[in-house]
Amino acid sequence: MSEYNPKILAVLCNWCSYAGADLAGSSRMHYPTNVRILRVPCSGRVDPMFVLKAFKSGFDGVIVLGCHPGDCHYAKGNYYTRRRIPLLKNLLANLGVPEERFHFEWVSASEGARFAELVTEFTAALKELPPMGKMI
Amino acid sequence: MARIGVFVCHCGTNIAKSVDVERVAEAAKSFPHVKFAVDYKYMCSEPGQNIIKEAVKEHKLDRIVVASCSPRLHEPTFQKCAESAGLNPYMVEMANLREQCSWVHDKTEETTEKAIDLVKMAVAKVAKDAPLTRGEIPVTKRALVIGGGIAGIEAALTIADCGYEVVLVERTPSIGGHMAMYDKTFPTLDCSACILTPKMVDCAADPRIELRTYSEVEKVEGFVGNFDVTIRQRAKSVDKTKCTGCGACLEKCPSKGIPSEFDAGMGTRCSIYRPFPQAVPNVPVIDRETCKMFKEGKCGVCSKICPTGAIDYTQEDVVTTEKFGAIVVATGFDLWDHKLCGEYGYGRYPDVITSLQYERLMNASGPTGGKIKRPSDGKEPKNIVFICCVGSRDAEHGFTYCSKVCCMYIAKQAILTKDKIHDSESHVFYMDIRSNGKGYEEFIGMATCNCGTNYMRGRVSKLYPKGDKIVVKGNDTLIGKPVEIEADLVVLATGMQPVHDSVDLARKLGVSTDKYGWLTEAHPKLKPVSMLTDGIYLAGACRYPADIPDTVAQAAGAAGKVAGLFAKDSIKSEPMIAYIDQNSCAACGLCVSVCPFGAIEIEDVKDKRGNVIKQAARVNEGVCKGCGTCAASCRSLSARLRGFEGSQILNEIEALAE
Ligand SMILES: Cc1cc2nc3c(=O)[nH]c(=O)nc-3n(C[C@H](O)[C@H](O)[C@H](O)COP(=O)(O)OP(=O)(O)OC[C@H]3O[C@@H](n4cnc5c(N)ncnc54)[C@H](O)[C@@H]3O)c2cc1C
Ligand code: SF4
Ligand code: SF4
Ligand code: SF4
Repeated sequence: MSEYNPKILAVLCNWCSYAGADLAGSSRMHYPTNVRILRVPCSGRVDPMFVLKAFKSGFDGVIVLGCHPGDCHYAKGNYYTRRRIPLLKNLLANLGVPEERFHFEWVSASEGARFAELVTEFTAALKELPPMGKMI
Repeated sequence: MARIGVFVCHCGTNIAKSVDVERVAEAAKSFPHVKFAVDYKYMCSEPGQNIIKEAVKEHKLDRIVVASCSPRLHEPTFQKCAESAGLNPYMVEMANLREQCSWVHDKTEETTEKAIDLVKMAVAKVAKDAPLTRGEIPVTKRALVIGGGIAGIEAALTIADCGYEVVLVERTPSIGGHMAMYDKTFPTLDCSACILTPKMVDCAADPRIELRTYSEVEKVEGFVGNFDVTIRQRAKSVDKTKCTGCGACLEKCPSKGIPSEFDAGMGTRCSIYRPFPQAVPNVPVIDRETCKMFKEGKCGVCSKICPTGAIDYTQEDVVTTEKFGAIVVATGFDLWDHKLCGEYGYGRYPDVITSLQYERLMNASGPTGGKIKRPSDGKEPKNIVFICCVGSRDAEHGFTYCSKVCCMYIAKQAILTKDKIHDSESHVFYMDIRSNGKGYEEFIGMATCNCGTNYMRGRVSKLYPKGDKIVVKGNDTLIGKPVEIEADLVVLATGMQPVHDSVDLARKLGVSTDKYGWLTEAHPKLKPVSMLTDGIYLAGACRYPADIPDTVAQAAGAAGKVAGLFAKDSIKSEPMIAYIDQNSCAACGLCVSVCPFGAIEIEDVKDKRGNVIKQAARVNEGVCKGCGTCAASCRSLSARLRGFEGSQILNEIEALAE
C-alpha cells in the first residue's frame, strides 16, 4: 500500500487531555505531525455531529480524548461521552466508516507520554487503511 | 463582516526553530475575513502587545487570533490585551503552535503545514465568536452551617467573627456533636468540656449566630450567593422564650428509663430531656414517641411542675424558607454499628462495649459520674482488652479505609484507665499503630512506656464469656505466640462511617458522595474544603474520618472561603455557559437529565399577557459550569454553549476540508 499522510482530528477536553497534550509538548516528546487538535471544554461537549462533519470534511481518522472516569472537571460529563460513543460507532459503521478510524480514550493532564503514544499508534494504524475518500 | 487580525509569535526560537513563522503569517493573510497578519519575536511582551493594540486600531479589527503558546498559559494575557485595545475579551482565539506543534515536531515541511492548519482553525472559530459579557450575581451575606459538632461550631464562630450572619442547624436538641461526649481528648488530654463548652456558649451568645437545634434542612434550591433553603424546626414542646433551664421538669417526668442517645445507651433519660447538663441551648425537648401525654393523652406532670409555664404540648413544627449566600456542611460521622456483623459478640455480651460507650463511662459527667463500672454488674474492671480496627480496614465485615482516630483514642482510653484504676491492666490488639499527627507518636509512647499498656500486634480470633469474664483469644504475631486473656471488659475501637442519611442530604444539596457515603470535596488536594457546587463548603468528619485538630482546621478553612465570598457584593458569572433557544426547545427534558450540576429546569413560557404558551428548558446561569454536555445531547440544537457553539466548532472542522 502506498504511504500517505492521514489527516487526523483530535478533539480534546480542556482540563485533562488538552493539558496532557501540552505536557507532551513541554516534555519535548515527539509524535507524527498528522494530528490537528480541537479544544472543547469537556468530552461531554462532543456532539456526534462533530465527528461526522470531520469525516465528511476529509479527515481520515478522529480521536476523542477526555478525562479518566472520576476525574472529570465537570463531575461526570465524560460518562455521557462514554455512553454516546458506542452508538456513534454503530452509526459510523452504517455509513461505511470502519471502527478503526474512530477512537475514544482517556488521557489525564499528567499523561503526556500516553497522548504521544496514542497519536503515534493511531497514525500508524490509519496508514494501514486506504485514504478516507468521499463519504456519502 | 468580521475583521480578523492574526499575530504569529516566534517565542524567541521556541516556535521559530521548527515552524516557518513568516510563511504562517503570509498564509494567514489569505484566510477568510483576515485583514491583517504579522509575526513577531515575543507576542506576549509589551512591544508585542502594542503591535496587537495598534493593528486593532489601524485596521479596524474586531477580533484576533494569536498563534503562540498554549491558551492554558496566555489566553488571559491576550484577552486583557484585546480588552485594552477596545475589543470584547472573548473575541480572541489562540492557535497552539508551541506545545502542540514546534515542541513536538522537527523542522519539516509538514510542521509548518500543521501550523498553518492550526491557525486556519482558529481563524474559522474566531470568525463565529460573539462578544460575551460576564453577568453579576448578587450575594446574600448570610451563611448556613449544617451540623453543630465542633466543625459546625468553629465554622459558625469564624464566619460570625468576620462580621456575617450565620444560622447553625443541628438535628439533635443540643450543639456539641461527638466531642461533647468525651472526657478528655488526645493528644494533650485536655478536658473536652473545658475546651468545647465555652465555644458552645459563645455560639449562643453571639448576636450574629442563630441556633436552630432540633432542626433539619428539607430542601435546597438556588445557587452560589442565592440559596433558598427550607428548614424544619421540629416542635420541642417547650417554649424557649419562657424556659429558664431550671430542669425541674426533668426530675418529675414519670416516663423514665429510655436509653440515652448521648450516653450511647450507657445511661437513661426521661421523655422530657436535654442530652447533657451543659447542653446549648439549655432548653429541654419532649420526645413525643415516648411521652405519656402524646401516647396516652394523659400525664401533664411537666406542665404542672414548670414554674414558668414553658411546656406547650400544642407546639407544631415550623417550616421556613430562607435565603443564604453560602452553605457549610459539617454533619460529622456515625460510629459503625458493628452489631450488624455479629463479630465479638456485641449486643449479646453486656461487657463488650464500643469505644464511644467507654468514653461515657469515663466521663465525669457521664452516667457513672466518671467511675468506670462495667455494665453487667457495676464492678470496677481490672483487666481490660481493647480491640483496634473494628469495621475499619476490614473489607469483609466493614470497609477498607482506616478510621484514622481509633489508634489514638485507644491510647487515650488506656492512659485514662490507668489513671482512674491504678491496679488495672490494659491490653491492646492492633494491626498497625497509626499515630501521624503532631505529638501523636509521643502520646502512644505515653500509653506504652509510662502506663505499661500491653500492645499486641495481631487479630482477635475468638471471644466468649466464661463465668463473669470474657475470654479473648488471639495471636501476638510479633512473638509468634497465641495469647489468651480473661478480661473484665472488652472495648471495641469501632470505626467511623458516614452519617446514616449522608446520601440523602447530599442529594438535597446537589453534591456528590463517594462509594461509602462520605461527601466529596472539589479537589482532594487543592480544594479540600470546597464542594463541586460553588458556594457549598464542607468541614470535619462528614468528608472523611478526621480528628479534632484536622476538623477545626478545615472548619476555619471553610469559614475563610465563606468570608472571601461575602467580602464581595456580587460575583462575576462565567460567560462561557449554556443557554436554551426556547423557540425550538421541545421541553423533552434530556438536557435536564444529563446536566451534571442540575443547572437546567423546565419552566412555563408565557406570552406578553402572562398566558402559558408552552414549556421549555431554562439554564440557571449561577449553577451552569459550561461543560456543554447539554448542548451535545439536545436533539433540536436548542441547548447551546456560549464560546463553544456548534457553529464555531463545525466551522473549525470544515476549515480544513479539502
Ligand atoms: C470514641 C471516639 C473518641 C475520640 N476521641 C478524640 C480525641 O480524643 N481527640 C480528637 O482529636 N478526636 C477524637 N475523636 C474524633 C472526633 O470525634 C472527631 O474529630 C470530631 O467529632 C469531628 O467533628 P464534626 O463536627 O465533624 O462531627 P460530629 O462531632 O459528628 O458532629 C456532627 C454534628 O452534626 C449533626 N448532624 C448530622 N447530620 C445532620 C443533619 N442532616 N442536619 C443537622 N445536623 C446534623 C450531628 O447531630 C452532630 O451534632 C474521637 C472519635 C471517637 C469515635
Ligand atoms: S486508626 Fe488505627 S484502629 Fe483505627 S482503623 Fe486506622 S489503624 Fe485501625
Ligand atoms: S434537550 Fe433540548 S429540546 Fe430537550 S428540553 Fe433540553 S433544550 Fe429543550
Ligand atoms: S453546560 Fe453543562 S453545566 Fe451548563 S447547563 Fe449544560 S450540562 Fe449543565
